[in-house]
Amino acid sequence: MSTFLLLTITGLGLGAMYFLIASGLSLIYGLMGVLNFAHGAFISVGAYATWWSELHVFSGVHSSALRFLLSGLLGLVAGGVFAALVELVLIRPLYNRHIEQVLVTVGLQLAFVALLVGIWGPDAKAFVVPAWLHDTTTIAGAHIPNDRWVEIAAAAVVLTSLQLFLRRTRYGLIIRAGVENRAMVQALGIDVRKAFTLVFAIGGIAAAVAGVLSGVYFNVVGPDQGTSLLIFAFIVVVIGGLGSIGGSAAAAVLVALTQQYTNYYASAGIGDMVVVLLLGLVLLARPRGLAGAVVGARA
Amino acid sequence: MTRRRLLSDWLVPLAVFGALALVPKLNVSIPKLFDQPISSPGTLQLLAACVLFGALALTYDLQFGYTGLLSFGHALYIALGVYLSNIAITDWHWNFWVAILFTMGVALVVSNVLGFVSMRVAGIAFAMVTLAFAQAGAVLALKDPHHWTHGEEGLGADYTKLPHAFVGIFNTKNLYWLALAFLAAVFFIVRWSVESSPGRVWQAIRENEQRVEVLGMRPHLYKLQAFVLSSTLAAAGGIVYMLLYNGSTLAVTAPNFTLTLLLMVVIGGAGSRWGAVLGGILYTYLNDRLVAVGSSSTVEGLPHALRTPLSQPLFLLGAIFILIVFFLPGGLAGIAARGRPSGLRRLQDAIRPDHGPTAPQEGA
Repeated sequence: MSTFLLLTITGLGLGAMYFLIASGLSLIYGLMGVLNFAHGAFISVGAYATWWSELHVFSGVHSSALRFLLSGLLGLVAGGVFAALVELVLIRPLYNRHIEQVLVTVGLQLAFVALLVGIWGPDAKAFVVPAWLHDTTTIAGAHIPNDRWVEIAAAAVVLTSLQLFLRRTRYGLIIRAGVENRAMVQALGIDVRKAFTLVFAIGGIAAAVAGVLSGVYFNVVGPDQGTSLLIFAFIVVVIGGLGSIGGSAAAAVLVALTQQYTNYYASAGIGDMVVVLLLGLVLLARPRGLAGAVVGARA
Repeated sequence: MTRRRLLSDWLVPLAVFGALALVPKLNVSIPKLFDQPISSPGTLQLLAACVLFGALALTYDLQFGYTGLLSFGHALYIALGVYLSNIAITDWHWNFWVAILFTMGVALVVSNVLGFVSMRVAGIAFAMVTLAFAQAGAVLALKDPHHWTHGEEGLGADYTKLPHAFVGIFNTKNLYWLALAFLAAVFFIVRWSVESSPGRVWQAIRENEQRVEVLGMRPHLYKLQAFVLSSTLAAAGGIVYMLLYNGSTLAVTAPNFTLTLLLMVVIGGAGSRWGAVLGGILYTYLNDRLVAVGSSSTVEGLPHALRTPLSQPLFLLGAIFILIVFFLPGGLAGIAARGRPSGLRRLQDAIRPDHGPTAPQEGA
């Protein structure tokens, strides 16, 4: 029972990261029709900026918790700014040319990973976090590492604030309307392009949160970490239904838990296969994903 | 057949492949371009890789450039050829030719099944799904549940089972010719297939899938056909790859592997045979040679901020790729065909999301 609890909480922690990445991907796709491969770069920006500023910017701060918090915040800002710049410089000039936008993000992702390797080398770097994150809390006999709670909490905060933002603010309304029918929003005289940059920035921040958390979860930051997380986030987005935040959240939990349980109870690596099998089954049964949103299918 | 068609259809390709076939006989050095003489095994190995990737890029162009299927999982079929042929020979001690037949049969079945499932979705979602299937293959090769692939160590081929002409460093020229023969075969198969009547439907699907459907044809069937042909050819290329590199490593299963094929095709020119081949050759050559440039004395003398990006070939190639997407959407082949819509511009509507102003809105 305690193993099961540990697996569940760990799975939820992993699912939290998948959700953070998938939510941005899904919003960007829903609004702009861009499959953003550069999302892997956003993850890396968050993780590397946090790692770097812990060593170089906030190295004078004594409290390890405060140092981590400040560096993490800087990482989020870096992720958001980088994502907004990518939208302004690379995506906007190719407005409405979806295939080229996708290709540009692919090129950016490859070049960015190469740049990380060039600057900091191919090896993963140890990620310094406050010691209590790696302590365990004992619940019903299960020793659960504290960082899992932080991951789940971060995802919950992002999910709640995203939903609040989308449902309660004017920009959220424009974004939701844009996902439904962009042409109509434009016809009403609203400049959707501002929302594009905003959505990229939000996606970048969420991805940077995932990057920082992946550093905590794996204890290291490496150049390929973003790419491998991105692939599972893609699976989550497709299973959840493109363009749906709630769908992404549900699918993230489903995918991560399936992965954890099968990796433990069957054998390591089988979980990753089962997740892909799950994707195949969902596509056969419901090509539009669990949320059954408007997009993606032509069955 | 008019004289002009005879010239462009047969004489030009045959002359090009014939000229390339003479390369191993050239006993000259080209100092800046190659470290060693052309006929040396080292240079021939690089040239064979260039030619092979030209062919692999062309197999990808068949589905991407001609049919408008943006797959991120083409690496899966190349890896299938690389690994399965080797596993059958080395782990199961099969006869070489039986192993090849078996591999091709499996590639045919797998591409049919996975193609059928992934075509439940279209456009961008199709890209994501193919990526996921390729990732499953990569995990399978890495975790190696049956001790066949040897995970990260890779699997060296049992050379006693291979045809003697392809074993040993003195036979590198034979491997070069094998790669070239494969390229020529893929070239003529692709040309024949895209000019056949199903091939014309593939291109019609790329231009406007709904219209094809309205004309009473079933786009799914045709797309699957193109996907299966492209994937099976890729698996055959995987077997050549296995022979050229004497075994199998995880490099061919990486998600980046498909993305590099995409880079090759776009740099060369999507939907153009010579373009894709040229893109594959050029990319492979640059990827190899830029490492040498990065460690050369000229670059060593540069300030650190400039040296770091220049020492990473993939950074430079990624940057070149982005510039080509922005300023030369027809790729290198587009330079020759100025004025006509080419390359990515033509793919515009094929791989649109099924949503947004370019697509008709359901019930709107």
